[in-house]
Amino acid sequence: MTTGPGGEPVQLLTPRGERLADARYDGYLADVDGDAGAEVLEGLYEDLVVVRRIDAEATALQRQGELALWPPFLGQEAAQIGSGRALREDDFVFSSYRENAVAYCRGVDVGDMMRVWRGCANAGWDPFSVNMAPTQVIIGAQTLHATGYAMGIQFDGADSAAITYFGDGATSQGDLNESMVFAASFQAPVVFFCQNNQWAISEPVGLQAHVPVAHRAPGFGIPSVRVDGNDVLACLAVTREALERARSGNGPSFIEAVTYRMGPHTTADDPTRYRDANELEDWRERDPISRLEAHLDSRGLLDEGLRGRVRAKADDVAARLREETVHMPDPPASAVFEHVYTGPNSELDRQRDHYGLYLAGLEAGHGHGHAAAEREGAQ
Amino acid sequence: MAEMTFGKAINAGLRRALERDPKVVLMGEDIGRLGGVFRITDGLQKDFGPHRVIDTPLAESGIMGTAIGMAYRGYRPVVEIQFDGFVYPAFDQIVSQVAKLHYRTRGHVRVPLTIRVPFGGGIGSPEHHSESPEAYFAHTPGLRVVAVSNPQDAYSMIQQAIASDDPVVFFEPKRRYHDRGEVDEGIGLEGPGGLSMGAARVAVPGEDVTLVSYGPLLKTCLDAAVAASDEGVSVEVIDLRSLSPVDYPVVEESVRRTGRLVIAHEAARSGGLGAEVAASITERCFYHLEHAPVRVTGFDIPYPYSKIEHHHLPDLDRILDGVDRALGRPNSLSGLEEGE
Repeated sequence: MTTGPGGEPVQLLTPRGERLADARYDGYLADVDGDAGAEVLEGLYEDLVVVRRIDAEATALQRQGELALWPPFLGQEAAQIGSGRALREDDFVFSSYRENAVAYCRGVDVGDMMRVWRGCANAGWDPFSVNMAPTQVIIGAQTLHATGYAMGIQFDGADSAAITYFGDGATSQGDLNESMVFAASFQAPVVFFCQNNQWAISEPVGLQAHVPVAHRAPGFGIPSVRVDGNDVLACLAVTREALERARSGNGPSFIEAVTYRMGPHTTADDPTRYRDANELEDWRERDPISRLEAHLDSRGLLDEGLRGRVRAKADDVAARLREETVHMPDPPASAVFEHVYTGPNSELDRQRDHYGLYLAGLEAGHGHGHAAAEREGAQ
Repeated sequence: MAEMTFGKAINAGLRRALERDPKVVLMGEDIGRLGGVFRITDGLQKDFGPHRVIDTPLAESGIMGTAIGMAYRGYRPVVEIQFDGFVYPAFDQIVSQVAKLHYRTRGHVRVPLTIRVPFGGGIGSPEHHSESPEAYFAHTPGLRVVAVSNPQDAYSMIQQAIASDDPVVFFEPKRRYHDRGEVDEGIGLEGPGGLSMGAARVAVPGEDVTLVSYGPLLKTCLDAAVAASDEGVSVEVIDLRSLSPVDYPVVEESVRRTGRLVIAHEAARSGGLGAEVAASITERCFYHLEHAPVRVTGFDIPYPYSKIEHHHLPDLDRILDGVDRALGRPNSLSGLEEGE
């Protein structure tokens, strides 16, 4: 397991924004440290601010009744943007439900991002248009899909990689452990990216693991690294290293990004019931955006021009998100029956036809109509 | 035409599928050098290589989940579950992922998996090796479920299942693996007599009673038709072949003629395929029925140990007793009429 010099997570940017030299990882930040570094840093800063704004806007939309639910990623922006920006277009992402900042990196439209949470779809986007599988709700299930996909890459002789995102809770699941067994056995080009945000709803990470979760991977024969998940540069560097390992035929890697879920598990959760406000304050000191701002400032890059540009972009994305969400049409009744199978299915087609006749009868004023009246009354 | 065992017919069908489509890969435990514990994949790894016939670690959820990932990548995996009782560790990936991905993604992601499951009892095995879990899967929207009963169907339907863009759970009656039958290897995806894997088949025409079954009990039902005929009763035997969806028009047409329906399967009775077929046929041809549908099934028990499994498995006499009940005959041994 790779860590920082004193056994703490790898850190390349201190909470005060100082860039720490690192013999192992500096090579992966040549673009950041080079002549065009300002542009890269400003891009990462824009990403962090924009996705935090997406998160805030979605949370607000849920409070206003426009979304049924939202799983905030507040506090985890650096882990998601750092790793997400390390990816190539032909890599493939298998995530859980909290990786909407990664989805942003993949080019997912912000309206599509809301579809699932408004109840208008079970998947917001076409996975193949952005090379990212849809939101996975079953904890850890997607990690096997990533390894299988990576085995396919290997059989195809391609040099892309698969990356799978999951939380500390998922490390207890059989599927993740089986996924690591398969990945190691086949030396599949897959990156396991764990965002250890300290909490699985109300359960602290100590209930899942007595040692850092990154300790587990070497037992499977998978090299691992513990990284400061609130340090966007460190997350970028360690993910680039893992992807390079995958692309060069050297198999899987495991990254534990140590971060913190600043918000609730979802908008339906109440973290004041189970966690200490002091803990939240400690982590606020390590905020990923203030850290990058401090660094930009130390390099003389954080002027009003940059702040203004980034704010305008965030405003624009948030306005579009709101606009697309509130105007999202309800799916038609016919969508109930579509795409269960790839073609006709005698039994289901019969149920669909009968329901169509029933609805037509209801429309014509036949039948009882109590439920429909109740639904209309509720609206 | 060639005479071959049931197991060899599946092997030949798998070989044809591997030849036909380079994206077809087989995955499972011991399927490579060993050829599977039942030798169904015998020789295939030698001929197609370890990347087409893949020995996997011993983790059923892992096999199923990685097969899904392979499908995302454009592959068409055929997964072997070693025994029926070992399918449950993979149940979540089958029910929550395989069955739902096409619906979840509104058609963007196809999961053309074939999940081969040797099923049923009668081979004197220890626990977990003799189960009939088909109803769990037939109850799961998004899956297609088939059960084969003879070598020709096994040869053709495995190819049809692999070619299907829907996921298919493919049940193989393990106690019939060594039975022999004629197989026309010239018949490929079109199926024998042009039958798709979704079609039921009238195996023996008859006039007095419709006897519906699938998989391992089909042979017992054919024997029952011969025995009944000796007693002057004409039994029509229908092989369902597809358990989801069930090809009801074939059963319905038969029951409209006979007015009597018997359904036989090894699986436990409550919530089983027999209940579903009985309910559906009653809905569709209530006024043609001369008697309530009769189920001849395994009991609602965990699968028993081998010395007593013959009590659990419907045999020729129990099926004939069911036929007697459907005919309202007083010589039925199983006692009470419905409602008494």
